[in-house]
Amino acid sequence: MNPRRRNLLQTGSGMTLLTMLAAAGWLQPGMALAEGWNAAAFDTKSMDETMKALGGGTPVPSKGVTFVQTPDIAENGAVVPVGVVSAIPNTQSIAILIEKNPNMLAAVFDIPPGTEPSITTRVKMGQSSNIYALVKADGKYYFAAKEIKVTLGGCGG
Amino acid sequence: MADPMRIRANVVGDSTEVKVLMNHEMETGLRKDAQGKNVPAWFIQNVTATYNGKTVLSAQWGPAVAKNPFLSFKFKGGAKGEKVQITWTDNRGDKRTDEATIS
Repeated sequence: MNPRRRNLLQTGSGMTLLTMLAAAGWLQPGMALAEGWNAAAFDTKSMDETMKALGGGTPVPSKGVTFVQTPDIAENGAVVPVGVVSAIPNTQSIAILIEKNPNMLAAVFDIPPGTEPSITTRVKMGQSSNIYALVKADGKYYFAAKEIKVTLGGCGG
Repeated sequence: MADPMRIRANVVGDSTEVKVLMNHEMETGLRKDAQGKNVPAWFIQNVTATYNGKTVLSAQWGPAVAKNPFLSFKFKGGAKGEKVQITWTDNRGDKRTDEATIS
């Protein structure tokens, strides 16, 4: 286990994390980081870490979260269509997580009131893996899982 | 400056369906070039969609979103002839805003 990584996770505060990253030479000076980008969450390797970085509790499986237009077998891991629909009232955000990617979190969508909790996008997958759709509704987290088999990896080269 | 996005917005029932195709490399930072050096990460981090000055969707993306990202979503309301704006910001601080007319 890399001790520096443990330390980074413990700091929690985004500002400290960025400063440390800069000091460690991971971020080049002048590289602008977009505001409101949760760097800690996008650096996580497991569901538990991701949940902690997103500030949530333990998610529960829910039938209200479904995948649409998502294949069982993806021929090209570089372009895997993923659609997530939530039937849970007051859905606030939808996140897509890919278990065996180098970093688990792929995307987070914030759904303001008036927007339908239904998102379609395309992601990269390094290898066959479970993907999770994580839905935040009324402050609680729900998820659904689906296995996608990849015949040609899309990460690395 | 990055290439323009292709945006299509259509009225479906009482909501508007927006489909966006962005032009972006979306480098993960894990890939290596022919010399074995890491290709630096370069990907879209934030995406915002606004309609009538109101945010209808905001997203945070990691490098796992596919190259030339596609995104589709629906929001309530919207009328023909009105505009939807999409803005993205990448990890180099590059920015692009495009707008489309709802049809």
